[in-house]
Amino acid sequence: MEDDIIQGFLEESWENLAQLDTDIVAFEKNTEDDELLASVFRTIHTIKGTCGFIGLARIGAVSHAAENVLGKMRDRSIARESDAISHVLEAVDAIKELLQGIESTGEEPAIEHPELIEALECIAEGKSPSADSSASAVSAETSPLAATPEIEAKPSDGSSVVDIDANLLQNESGDIDFDALDQAINEAAARHRAKVQQEQKTIKKAAPAGEANGAPAEAAGTQNPTGGAESEKKSVSDLSIRVNVGVLDRLMNLVGELVLARNQLMQLARGDEESKYAAPLTHLNRVTTDLQEGVMKTRMQPIGHAWNKLPRLVRDLSKVTGKDIDLEMTGADTELDRTVLDAIKDPLTHMVRNSADHGLEPTAERVAAGKPEKGTIRLNAYHEGGHVIICIEDDGGGINTERVLQKAITQGLVNESDADSLSEYEIHQYIFRAGFSTAEQVSSVSGRGVGMDVVRTEIERIGGTVDLLSQRGRGTTVRIKIPLTLAIISALVVESGGQSFAIPQLGIVELVRVQAEERHRIERVHDKQVFRLRNRLLPLVHLSETLQVESGLTDESDINIVIVQVGEEQMGLIVDRVFDTEEIVVKPVGRLLKDISIYQGTTILGDGRVIMILDVSGIAAEFGSLSTSGGEHDQADGERGAEDGQTSLLVFDAGDQTTMAVPLSLVSRLEEFPQKDIEFSSNGPVVQYRGHLLPLQSVSPSGATSQRDPQPIIVFSDGRQSMGLMVDAIQDVVQEHLSIQVQSQRTGVLGTAVINGKATEVIDTQHYMIRTDPQWFRKSHAQNYRVMVVNESPFFRQLLTTSLQSQQCLVTAVDSTEDALSALEKPNAYDALILDFDQVETTAQDLIDWIRQQKNIADLPVIGLASHLDSEMQQVAQQAGCALLLEKLDMGSLNNELDRICRSRTKKRGVSA
Amino acid sequence: MIAGMTGSKKTNAAALEKRQFVSFWVDGQLLGVPVNAVQEVLTAQHIARVPRTRREIAGLLNLRGQIVTAVDLRKSLGLPDRDSDKPYMNVVLRYQGDSYSLLVDEVGDVIEVDSASIVAVPRTLDQRWKKVTSGIIRLEGRLFIILEVTTVLGLH
Repeated sequence: MEDDIIQGFLEESWENLAQLDTDIVAFEKNTEDDELLASVFRTIHTIKGTCGFIGLARIGAVSHAAENVLGKMRDRSIARESDAISHVLEAVDAIKELLQGIESTGEEPAIEHPELIEALECIAEGKSPSADSSASAVSAETSPLAATPEIEAKPSDGSSVVDIDANLLQNESGDIDFDALDQAINEAAARHRAKVQQEQKTIKKAAPAGEANGAPAEAAGTQNPTGGAESEKKSVSDLSIRVNVGVLDRLMNLVGELVLARNQLMQLARGDEESKYAAPLTHLNRVTTDLQEGVMKTRMQPIGHAWNKLPRLVRDLSKVTGKDIDLEMTGADTELDRTVLDAIKDPLTHMVRNSADHGLEPTAERVAAGKPEKGTIRLNAYHEGGHVIICIEDDGGGINTERVLQKAITQGLVNESDADSLSEYEIHQYIFRAGFSTAEQVSSVSGRGVGMDVVRTEIERIGGTVDLLSQRGRGTTVRIKIPLTLAIISALVVESGGQSFAIPQLGIVELVRVQAEERHRIERVHDKQVFRLRNRLLPLVHLSETLQVESGLTDESDINIVIVQVGEEQMGLIVDRVFDTEEIVVKPVGRLLKDISIYQGTTILGDGRVIMILDVSGIAAEFGSLSTSGGEHDQADGERGAEDGQTSLLVFDAGDQTTMAVPLSLVSRLEEFPQKDIEFSSNGPVVQYRGHLLPLQSVSPSGATSQRDPQPIIVFSDGRQSMGLMVDAIQDVVQEHLSIQVQSQRTGVLGTAVINGKATEVIDTQHYMIRTDPQWFRKSHAQNYRVMVVNESPFFRQLLTTSLQSQQCLVTAVDSTEDALSALEKPNAYDALILDFDQVETTAQDLIDWIRQQKNIADLPVIGLASHLDSEMQQVAQQAGCALLLEKLDMGSLNNELDRICRSRTKKRGVSA
Repeated sequence: MIAGMTGSKKTNAAALEKRQFVSFWVDGQLLGVPVNAVQEVLTAQHIARVPRTRREIAGLLNLRGQIVTAVDLRKSLGLPDRDSDKPYMNVVLRYQGDSYSLLVDEVGDVIEVDSASIVAVPRTLDQRWKKVTSGIIRLEGRLFIILEVTTVLGLH
């Protein structure tokens, strides 16, 4: 019984206290507002009264002292001044602290506030309180700024109980004789000790008179200012009831199920216009929709609930920072689902704090800049197309773009070379990076670097987005877009591997369909598939690969790409089919499936099927980690759209009207550097790149350094070192049969091939690498391996020979198996054989078989090369007796593998000998 | 209905407490779960597979708007797969607010036994079985294995 009373007291008190901060701050601005003062007085009085009644002595003492001050203010026997109000606020904090203690332990904590009480008593007597206690008005212990974590951790008034009609709870003035009530309660308290039952009734009678039921009762008070307690209570309960949130959540779930059942029925009846069920179904449909809306409405709360802490916060901040700040709030009655509301409370508080602390300039600076002395923070909320938009705007100094950029550079988020090409908007986005803070000093208010990134994570967690716009000297606007509710969302249904999946519409940017004959638009950069959409390269992810299911796509099918937004990035998700968008009811993922990060929920479609809702950020995270592990490198390379032996070639202008090409697989990255960043060392031009010096070579046949600004650079890298090739312009990526028509005598060029119907020189990257560093390839090998290369194509023979020779291998290159046979007859002449698998599989097989039969060279390792790697090919090669099969142009892997195989072989020999 | 076979002569009330189990067959073995854990028993339902789950999770089924996770007992117990044309049954369990379905070959009777007749799990039992067994009852000539709901579902 006792517990029930305390629980009820806590609920009411939290609710009243939330309103109290707002009221006190409002009163401070307009100290002539007697009604406000009366409302504040009543709330404190209520708390005091109830405390006395249930024996919470410490809260009682603090609230009593505060009430005295307020009472004197009401009677105008003391001045209504800021200092006194600060002390009252401090008392409110003390009460909150004590309430929190009761909530967590069930006992009133043993925290006394003698100084505070003394100060309040001084004020009430018209004296000024001692200096140190006034300073503590915004001290670290009690200030909500410093104590934010605690306050934020505290369950808010709305966490267990919702008020159906918040408007009814608005405080209005009511003339109630508090002294008489006081007495009544005290008497009740006395009786309580004797007879518990009796008290229960007394509470119910005494409380409604503005006490136990606080605000609601007062609202009624206006209708019946002098009326008895009984009638007031009745009129309130007629209009508004408290409902446990659990009940509403359950209702919402049931409505969700009803919506599903309705959808199923509608699906069954579709196409049967004559059905006798048609009319009742239409009716059911309408009622269900209304019911859904109605239940959703009960969960709606005005955004003002998330705002009511802010006036107090801004007031205290203004005291701490010495800035004069005005907080304007519009659209406080904009409603949104309570789960969403809960989620945005903390981010909102954080952003307002940010605006006040380092958004608005100090007063002197404002005056100097010709702005009004008083800074303004404007909060605005409104509905827009199924979303709620919240704007937090300040008329402060705006973001210091320079400082953000500098910080981003020192943190290694931006290359200095890229810095110039970034727009102001792009630079500002770095504010959302984790650990990013430009505040020069860490204050108690902000500057710890755990700020905007948390804000963004929180907002994105509920499917919202954050946008930031800032103008130097004019101010900053943060625009938050959040869904109205999380329970029912619009989603796109797609198919992959014969199964349907839902993708939340909120994250989808657009849908792109690539016709089968346009498949070449899907390119490969390194081991990743990319898609060029309006000059942007989007990484592509096959949903079927992520899901580990068999894709239903064939080589002839068109490709559907769902472009999704993940944070700052966009990504293309390749799906087998795209169906419709549907309104779906989100159900949580079952416990047994929770550990799979690619799902964010489950739902039931109109036809009764259960499908998973995909979490695109989970998919993106997985994709990202795949790219760094590189474990699937070979396999992924194997799918390089090199159908029918085609090779992807990067075509570029080399100056002097020459077009040149290089196999794309050899290219690490494409970069652009402004001319001013290119420096000259004794070894030629270099540029600072990712914390290293990148040596540059000119590709221009005339040797003249071209003067492009910015300078396009093709970066080649083997993991240990890199070099950049300066070219005039990057033209295109093409798919071609690479066949070298004319051998070249020129250094640096392998030969000329016909690409896109034009004679194009294919460059020898190794030539440039060795020119950059003669030791380039020597670092990996200690041995001079003897290698035989069997390849019919002079181009590849040449390529392999140069590559292997540069690695200090002794190369014998032959163009047929016959030649190979005769060369191999000498025992122990070779360490490895490199065989082309593209040309004549059977002769390759014959050669290997023959080798395996020879006593001396039976264990000679054979490395197969193929332009197109797939599992079938791998199998063929393995059966044939190849140690491994590599991609033809992948010189890096070839060198590494050769080294590995030869080294282990020499070691083995050493042991057996 | 098979009566519990108890050799115990204990007469105190606790020992005579009756317990009921829903029994079912999986690959010729008689298994059971406490009757109060069972929500309902259904014939084969459409089960939507979910990619990338543990292998014993058969998928999700829609039970009147409620999503139920189906666990294939043959797979979780390491028994041979059921022939695809053989029928199966769903034993739907309610556990900590969620619903799960155990896919079994056939559902038997509700078996009532004295709680004293439930013997502890022998140490020698195969590890995989030991983990999911909460007790064993000797019925006429056969063993009736009581499953531990938490572990058989793979929740712990």
